[in-house]
Amino acid sequence: MTELTELEKVIPTDTIKTDEYLVNMGPQHPSTHGVLRLLVKLEGEIVHNVQPDIGYIHSGIEKMSEALSYTQIPHLTDRMDYLSAHMNNEAVALCVENALQVEVPERVKYIRTIMSELQRLASHQLWWCASGMDLGALTTFFYGLRDREDILDIFEETCGARLTLNYSLPGGVMFDIHPNFQRKVKDFIKKFRKKLPEYDKLITGNVIFTERTKGVGILTKEDAIAFGVTGPTGRASGFSCDVRKHIPYSAYPYVKFEEKLGTEGDCYTRWVMRMDEMWESLSIIEQLIDNIPEGDYTAKMKGVIKLPEGEFYQRVETARGELGVYIISDGKKNPYRVKFRSPGFSNLFAINHIAKGWKIADLVAIMATFDLVIPDIDR
Amino acid sequence: MAFEKYDFTPISQSIHQFLLEKMSPMVTTIIEWTIIGVLYLLFVAVFGLFLVYAERKVCAAFQQRLGPMRVGPWGLLQTIADFVKLLMKELIQPKSVDSFLYNLAPFVVIIVPFLTISIIPFAPGLQSLDFDIGVFFVTAVSSVGVIGVLLAGWASNNKYSLIGGMRSGAQIVSYELSVGMSLITMVILAGTMQISEIVNMQRDGWFIFKGHIPAIIAFFVFVVAGTAETNRGPFDLAEAESELTAGFHTEYSGIKFAFFFLAEYINLFIVSAMAVTVFLGGWMPFHIGSWDGFNAIMDFIPGLIWFFLKVFGVIFLIMWFKWTFPRLRIDQILTLEWKYLLPINLFNILLMALVVLMGWHW
Amino acid sequence: MSISTYMTNEELTTFLSVKFPEAEFRQGSQYLEMIVTNSTLHMVATFLKETRELAFDYLMCLSGVDFPEFLTVVYHLESTSNKHCMVLKAKTENREKPVLDTVCDIWPTAEFHEREVFDLLGVKFNYHPDLRRLFLGDEWGFPLRKDYVDDVHIVER
Repeated sequence: MTELTELEKVIPTDTIKTDEYLVNMGPQHPSTHGVLRLLVKLEGEIVHNVQPDIGYIHSGIEKMSEALSYTQIPHLTDRMDYLSAHMNNEAVALCVENALQVEVPERVKYIRTIMSELQRLASHQLWWCASGMDLGALTTFFYGLRDREDILDIFEETCGARLTLNYSLPGGVMFDIHPNFQRKVKDFIKKFRKKLPEYDKLITGNVIFTERTKGVGILTKEDAIAFGVTGPTGRASGFSCDVRKHIPYSAYPYVKFEEKLGTEGDCYTRWVMRMDEMWESLSIIEQLIDNIPEGDYTAKMKGVIKLPEGEFYQRVETARGELGVYIISDGKKNPYRVKFRSPGFSNLFAINHIAKGWKIADLVAIMATFDLVIPDIDR
Repeated sequence: MAFEKYDFTPISQSIHQFLLEKMSPMVTTIIEWTIIGVLYLLFVAVFGLFLVYAERKVCAAFQQRLGPMRVGPWGLLQTIADFVKLLMKELIQPKSVDSFLYNLAPFVVIIVPFLTISIIPFAPGLQSLDFDIGVFFVTAVSSVGVIGVLLAGWASNNKYSLIGGMRSGAQIVSYELSVGMSLITMVILAGTMQISEIVNMQRDGWFIFKGHIPAIIAFFVFVVAGTAETNRGPFDLAEAESELTAGFHTEYSGIKFAFFFLAEYINLFIVSAMAVTVFLGGWMPFHIGSWDGFNAIMDFIPGLIWFFLKVFGVIFLIMWFKWTFPRLRIDQILTLEWKYLLPINLFNILLMALVVLMGWHW
Repeated sequence: MSISTYMTNEELTTFLSVKFPEAEFRQGSQYLEMIVTNSTLHMVATFLKETRELAFDYLMCLSGVDFPEFLTVVYHLESTSNKHCMVLKAKTENREKPVLDTVCDIWPTAEFHEREVFDLLGVKFNYHPDLRRLFLGDEWGFPLRKDYVDDVHIVER
């Protein structure tokens, strides 16, 4: 039994009962969406234990950041949660700006917020199509990607990149928005408002879908808070954790939007939460897009940014939940220590708690509605 | 009737006579068997490839894309290229598999469609086996396929394969019941199990119209259960990609994988062909009551074309399911069968018996 | 940055310093920082979570920091009901054998954050149910320590 030794390290064999067996889900598996490995203890089809094993894509961003200047760090954060690249950039930028107590121009705030919401839409579209596929509805994948393409085109026009934007920097944004930006965003909103009901028609109302998700994988509010599950996943459980609402940053104080809260905390509510959040994002962008004030697209910043000595913590709502950037500065041009509190990390470890007793197919549904991005977890 | 001018019986008779004149009856039989075997082999290969192509195009249409377009006109040669690739691929056999069963499984799986296809009447006179227990033969033989799937799942020595095989076993054994019972409902109406007889009885109207309510219910149940029996979405649990990577055929590669792949599509054809034969009049043209002009035009179209048109209709329906619905969970799939389809079926049999007894059918 | 706190940082300081006079309090740029040692860590953490007026039930972030003479684990806390935040810092006695008590019985999310800190900084957490390395292999050093040397991957400039 030499093959078992590695497994024994993780789950000792004496804790495996006769009818139980271990299955490695991942690191290469269609529904782990990346290099996540789940050690699943099963009895027949029923999940008894899920041990996430991460680190396959650990890139040491926190360690690297200690050797980089404050203008360089945002470029690494793109690679964490690549689907919320802009929000990650923004988080570092805001943290540095707050530490320096720099007031960025209004225009920057508007641009950042619009970009954040577009990014959130793009992320939720990808989540929608990928999790539809996890549940076996293969057509969603193409619908979601088709509409995401429009957002990526807008990104490409303004900042040259489609996925890892590198757009927000301490002090402002890299470039001014493209002249077409406002028109294209408005076109997109008009188009996407028609597409969203299509999404619901295809999946949300489907009998098989509701059977698969309603009442499955219930995360109570207490557990959500205890495990630090944030974002739409946490809000589905009724945990009011929208940073945009509680500690508004950028242009969020200027807009009206609702923080949707669920009560059930099951897969279905998590699904509906994200669908609702897409509507909210559309309305946020609509409120801002016509009112972008004129002005500079960046504040006056020194060539070499040196933060005052101290500790700074910035919370930002990414598409997956609360991202915390914790910078400790010793007054030099490099940070002393940078810590990213990534939403996926906390969210992932709640899975074992709620997947117990459900079937493999439900585990996949739970994973799908948790919307995990693995580099975000591993950093 | 006019469409009988397309009867294939004279052709097969003349070949038979020609061979008998040349050689002994024994040799004649052997040669005829060989010809039929080769024909079926060709048909399965070509039609299987065509179905793969059709599925790609259909799913592409649902997903707002074009599908294969590069190899040949409209990508027509794509599946052939794929098949050649599969033929040339290395056969990888994992070290710890049960070698004999592992190699046996794809053959068991591919033999089943060859057996069942033999009783399908493609056109007047184009049917190789015509038992008086044809319907029974189909239900009996088609259930052998699950053994191949179970063997593949077990012998692969892979937990995903095993789960897939077990799921498939549970599913097929359950849905076998519904398929059989919905066929029995129609056998009550037809009064015979002989396939050619069933088709002939639909000369003046397809059974789905003749048997009205119970026949429509039976047709619905048959299509659902048939989809489940062919392991196609939304019932594709056995190979649920997002859960079990590829289910029971995870460890197969090259031509052995192609066997599973091809068998799935031929099973799809057989389920559709059975639905067409039993419910939609087989190769009989579509007639409307006393519209003689219309009926004459319909008769003008050969039975072979009628048969394939109907089959493609049903195949399209089943493909439509697959590309629209999410996948069911294993317990839900069994609930659907044992708690819904089975009682509906039992009730339906009673209803059909009543209809036939009272002569309420056309 | 304005945070609508039920208890302001000053109020928190007064409230806590009465209960824990030996703890060190410092006003950070945003949050109140409370610095404790291992001997009182678990007690303080329980108090912060259980006391109704404080009710710090949401552990936002748990990070390990390597200071030249000791290692620190920083707990960013928020109260979901009272909406106030604070920072709890736990110092280890030394750098050679850094040991702290686990808080994962108080905030379950800490279990994995502590594993991360153990992995990257080598802080041992007493009574932790499953203290294994999270990202790196067993033979790896503790990369987030300032004295970590890697001639291959880290080039000093």
